[in-house]
Amino acid sequence: MNSVFAIAGHELRRLFVSPLAWITLAAVELLLAIFFFVLVYQFLNAPGVAEIGVTNFVGAGLLQVTGILLLLVTPFVTMRLFSEEYRSGSLKLLLSSPVTLTQIVLGKYLGIYTFLLIMLAIIAAMPLSLAVGTTLDFGQLGAGLLGLALLMAAFAAIGLFISTLTAQPAVAAITTFAVLFILWILNLAASSATEHVAAVLSYLSLLQHYNALLKGVFNSVDVVFYVLLVLLFLILTIWRLDGERLHG
Amino acid sequence: MSAQPNTASAKEVLIDVDGVWRYYGDDCAVRDISFQVQRGEVLGFLGPNGAGKTTTMQILTGVLAASRGRVSVAGHDIVDQARRARTHIGYLPEQPPLYPELSVDEYLRYAGKLRGLKGTALAAALADSKTRCGLDDVGRRLIRNLSKGYQQRVGIAQAIIHSPAVVILDEPTVGLDPIQIREIRDLIRELGRDHSVILSTHILPEVQTICDRVLIVNQGELVLDRRLADLDSGESASIIVGLRNAPDLSVLQQLHQIKRISSLAGDRYRIEHDGTPDFAQQFAQFAVDRKWGLFELMTESDSLEAIFIRLTGSDQTTVVNDQAA
Repeated sequence: MNSVFAIAGHELRRLFVSPLAWITLAAVELLLAIFFFVLVYQFLNAPGVAEIGVTNFVGAGLLQVTGILLLLVTPFVTMRLFSEEYRSGSLKLLLSSPVTLTQIVLGKYLGIYTFLLIMLAIIAAMPLSLAVGTTLDFGQLGAGLLGLALLMAAFAAIGLFISTLTAQPAVAAITTFAVLFILWILNLAASSATEHVAAVLSYLSLLQHYNALLKGVFNSVDVVFYVLLVLLFLILTIWRLDGERLHG
Repeated sequence: MSAQPNTASAKEVLIDVDGVWRYYGDDCAVRDISFQVQRGEVLGFLGPNGAGKTTTMQILTGVLAASRGRVSVAGHDIVDQARRARTHIGYLPEQPPLYPELSVDEYLRYAGKLRGLKGTALAAALADSKTRCGLDDVGRRLIRNLSKGYQQRVGIAQAIIHSPAVVILDEPTVGLDPIQIREIRDLIRELGRDHSVILSTHILPEVQTICDRVLIVNQGELVLDRRLADLDSGESASIIVGLRNAPDLSVLQQLHQIKRISSLAGDRYRIEHDGTPDFAQQFAQFAVDRKWGLFELMTESDSLEAIFIRLTGSDQTTVVNDQAA
């Protein structure tokens, strides 16, 4: 376990000594602050929205936008995980060290996920700040934040895997974005499919499960979906690295 | 074919490579390489570009897996007991595995942690490896801002921070200026006292100044494994003979000491043998008894360069004796 934490700490440190982490956090916070302001403004001024409830309108609304923003942002923080190490040759330090591939993958994943959780904390601060002036539905907000944490976990796992496929970080970023986007809108394809296919497609859609949690509906199926997705991609990553050692 | 390893003394064997093959797709990069390295030995790994040096080193360090064959490091199999084996390995790849955005201290601390060091042991190892590599003054500088020579030293410091039994260095002096090269060579020689060092290089004098033993690989095969002391003493492992009535080469191959025979111009043949001390005398006796018309016999005094060029040149008709293996 020590090696996992050493690798995770190393990933975090590398993120924060580069401007990338700071600029990402600042840009996400700025963009979401604008949305947050607009949502609060609408809530106060638009007629008829008061019945929806502040948590539902502002909180869930903000997290909905956050999900879309993360589609764009996560690929940029995950692209370096393995691509850059392939390219610079620094992966050889890890591979020749007494650590297993599982420890390497878990360490990197934990590092990047910790970064995303820091991002989650600063995003969550915005809707939580409303508690000063009004009453929030903490159940719904909690379910929404759990949904965001799970969404981040899934995005990070997919990005981690894709970064093992290429030595070009930019290629990893674009591919990750494309894959996340397809998984996100998969349920749109369901409308033109037969009943069974539609059920499968909307089950696979990242958006469907996220929306359920944003509404405050805590269904263990949604949680299990994300956990399975994360496990799948972590295992694929380990396999991929093992294959690289054997055939690369 | 494989060259005979020198089994001179019963010293502790730290690396045991046994019949290793490696394919990239259908290309065979390493073919049946076997050798052993003992404690305190500095082994020079020579070969032209693309000979399979780097692949072999990556197999030893666990970066790549062998397609066939076994490797053990300090008695631990590198596949079945991978973690144990790798605690005894320090590896400097051709391109040092550095993170330019970190400071030297941060980087070395991470390298130490990966090898299981922590707390005071880590601090002591960090200070020690920095001192040995002459990095005391640059600990807080970013690796990105260091010169190539210093980056190379950081690469070596990373490889020795956990005092591994085996240090594997892939072309450690490439791209350095002459003073830096000399410093790195001194460092490697010092490492050779209490570690085993495997060092790959293109530079022949480098091997002569640092190494105890030399391996030459060509096209994935091990073509020479010999102690440098044996080279220097003029104890040659090849002779050139002139035979007027030479038998068929296959008859010569039956002499079990012979490893390789090449035809030269004018009824002359170069015979490489396994280093049996009286080989030339025995061969002369043999040739006379069988009336092969021996008219010339000389032992070749081998310089490393001559050996290297002969073994890795591709423009000769060579008959390889498989029975010698």
